[in-house]
Amino acid sequence: MAVATREQAPAAADRGVWSWITTVDHKRIGIMYAVAAFIFFLVGGFEALLIRTQLAGPNGTVLSAEAYNQIFTMHGLTMVFAVIMPIAAAFQNYFVPLQIGARDVAFPRINAFAFWLFFFSALFLYTSFLFGGAPDGAWVGYAPLSTQLTEYVRMDYYSVGAQLLGVASLAGSINFIATIFTMRAPGMSLMRMPVFVWMTVVTSFLLILSLPVIGVGLWQLLFDRNFGTLFYAAQAQGDPLLWQHLFWIFGHPEVYVLILPAMGIVSEILPVMSRKPLFGYAFVVFSGIAIGFLGFGVWAHHMFTAGLGPVAEAGFGLATMLIAIPTGVKIFNWIGTTWGGRLKLTTPMLFSLGFISMFVIGGLSGVTHSIVPADTQQHDSYYIVAHFHYVLFGGAVLGYMAGAYYWFPKWTGKMLSETIGKWHFWITLIGFNLTFAPQHILGLDGMPRRTYRYDAGLGWDGWNLMSTIGSYLIAVGVLVFIWNIIRSWRNGEPAGNDPWDGRTLEWTTSSPPPVHNFDEVPVVHHVDDFWYRKYGIDEDGRAVKMPEVSGGALTVDTDTGGEDGDADAHDIHMPSPSYFPIIASAGVVILGAGLVFISSGAIGFGLLALGAIVSLWGFMGWAGEPITKEAH
Amino acid sequence: MVSEGAVVDHDFEDTGNPIHRVRKTAMWAFLGSEAFFFGAMISTFLLYRNTIGDGPGAEIFNIPFTSASSFVLLMSSLTMVLADNSFQKGDQRQGRVWLIGTALLGTTFLAGQIFEFTEFVHEGLTISTSPFGSSFYMLTGFHGLHVAVGVLLLSMLVFFSLRGRYSPDGGMNVELVALYWHFVDIVWIVIFTVVYLLQI
Ligand code: HEM
Ligand SMILES: [Cu+2]
Repeated sequence: MAVATREQAPAAADRGVWSWITTVDHKRIGIMYAVAAFIFFLVGGFEALLIRTQLAGPNGTVLSAEAYNQIFTMHGLTMVFAVIMPIAAAFQNYFVPLQIGARDVAFPRINAFAFWLFFFSALFLYTSFLFGGAPDGAWVGYAPLSTQLTEYVRMDYYSVGAQLLGVASLAGSINFIATIFTMRAPGMSLMRMPVFVWMTVVTSFLLILSLPVIGVGLWQLLFDRNFGTLFYAAQAQGDPLLWQHLFWIFGHPEVYVLILPAMGIVSEILPVMSRKPLFGYAFVVFSGIAIGFLGFGVWAHHMFTAGLGPVAEAGFGLATMLIAIPTGVKIFNWIGTTWGGRLKLTTPMLFSLGFISMFVIGGLSGVTHSIVPADTQQHDSYYIVAHFHYVLFGGAVLGYMAGAYYWFPKWTGKMLSETIGKWHFWITLIGFNLTFAPQHILGLDGMPRRTYRYDAGLGWDGWNLMSTIGSYLIAVGVLVFIWNIIRSWRNGEPAGNDPWDGRTLEWTTSSPPPVHNFDEVPVVHHVDDFWYRKYGIDEDGRAVKMPEVSGGALTVDTDTGGEDGDADAHDIHMPSPSYFPIIASAGVVILGAGLVFISSGAIGFGLLALGAIVSLWGFMGWAGEPITKEAH
Repeated sequence: MVSEGAVVDHDFEDTGNPIHRVRKTAMWAFLGSEAFFFGAMISTFLLYRNTIGDGPGAEIFNIPFTSASSFVLLMSSLTMVLADNSFQKGDQRQGRVWLIGTALLGTTFLAGQIFEFTEFVHEGLTISTSPFGSSFYMLTGFHGLHVAVGVLLLSMLVFFSLRGRYSPDGGMNVELVALYWHFVDIVWIVIFTVVYLLQI
């Protein structure tokens, strides 16, 4: 029987830059997503430090108003679209196929296309600093401000950049849906899927149904700015509120897109580190689905000060309170999972517990926003900034950090250092609370968000200083993390296949896994199937280690393994590398650049023509290329 | 790769070539997304249907003309079914005829749309006349763009088939293009009803 610990000795052709550019392997694409997301995390973090430095004391002079507007807008856009979404995509790409026992995603080339499109679009958004200035109308891009800033191409960059990033994410989501619904290993029924895979399903559906709505809004914005349409032109009875609706019909599902994968990761880690199955698997899954549905019905809670009228406001307020219920269910399930478990307080576990506690705080301030009269006081104040950083940093980012510590061994075959990891965790947790807890008070004391400076004597100085100090502490935490990665990559402890005594299929294969993931396709009998291969249950219901299986070796049930049970690794045809996805995505981004500069005449049309040629080349070549080229 | 490398759900193991199921799932997901795209534009149009400013409103629609071009588009769904059918039976020769027919009907529809747009502009309705004009042209324009992409896909199918490079497992696939084409037709039925016929 084949064992997946076979030495990985990639042929020369499998290394080097070209092999990464043309790769269609979901694991490599996952790694590229992770690296890109981390680089943008540093960029977005640098912008955050600029903001906090400006606001450290009254009448800050580091940034002009004009610069401040660009920096905070780009900070938001970067963190949402170029950090959290792609880091989620990184984990999903790498681990969804492994967790469902597949050899790759359904559409490997579309997968590559989605990555390159995301990466080029995010870079393209940053070229705005060189050509006319970066977007400066906030990540929400409210009309009519966004349509009136006509001297610059800034909000055109916003419109086109967000549109392109959305298309990339759409392509990725369709791929995950097809993969998860059609490529699961034999026996892996839907209700045996790991929760992380389930959350990927929900996220993908949220994305495919919400991105097109903001897509329409972004086109309308572009048309209003460049072609004289009147969608948001109040002087012609266009309705700027339309933008707010379209934005938030996307925007609220989007916040769940950012958090659900992190919830999935935490739901993977807690059972492993508590040595207990997830408490109420079905509840966790169904509350995730419920969040997905309800997430489409609460968007107007972002518009309580827009004058929608009492009926709509009451309705949306109630719906918002409702959505806190499935969220609370999950929290109780997580607590129940750790309850009575023999906890291993490893770094991934610490980050997971940090996630739960910080997310609870953020969720509670969210519930206070659902009370309409209270929210009219809180809206557009620093209280909102505090809320969404508790859910997005305290929640999402800590969750992805937990994932990084948990899965780094599978990526690299090395463990991250636990000692440095704990330093990383505590510095980050303290820095985070120091930064964002005071912002609750600032907000309630009336400090508005999105202002580039404030006067002395308003009672805001101390809290702001505290917040700035905290932000530098977070930065120290990030440096510690980088140090940990570098150190552990070089001479970290070898991980082996299954360092955490894991429960899901990714731990059955080698670290890092072979190109084809599994020598033999696993057959699944339980949720947490791998655990049941390692442990039996005795008469008293206690888990006992089964003697014949040494932890980590891939064991395939040969009785039901089917005809291909003895497949030789050489018989497995993996998709061939292709450079067409990167060409096609470059073409699409050049088309986007043409749209941004469309009002500048020749430049815009030149770029459009070039983009059309390049993308046609990419797509036509792609369509005519066989998926697996004959290699032997 | 997928057909060999991937393992498909137990329950579906014997329902023909699994790659078709994989792709169809993806296509349905894509069309679901498209439905929301058009849904948002239709909502915008409904919001602005009476916001005509000083410009013309719905009275400039030429219902008999647009009914005729809608009929043309509907017929193209029929030819698309026939094309799909021929390809399924392995008769690519016959299938190509139907594909070309579908593409021609689609092109006729597009010509009709261009004619109609020119007429409206002459009567004073442009994208900047009123929010009504903006949303009308955006909605019908994006739909026209989808028809144009469909015509392009149909032509590529004919091209690949002529060069002998068409295979149901290849990158281009009649069944998927057919799904797309029917979807675009159905969207038009909704648009025609909501924009042209419903006069409230
Ligand atoms: C218990 C669950 C939650 C409730 C009840 C809730 C409620 C709200 C409400 C009512 C607002 C609007 C406040 C205002 O602008 O006046 C808001 C803003 C926000 N929430 Fe939440 N929220 C919840 C969870 C989350 C989660 C999980 C995330 C992200 C992961 C999130 C991210 C945001 C963001 C980014 C904003 C600000 C958007 C902006 O104006 O830029 N929220 N939340
Ligand atoms: Cu919301």
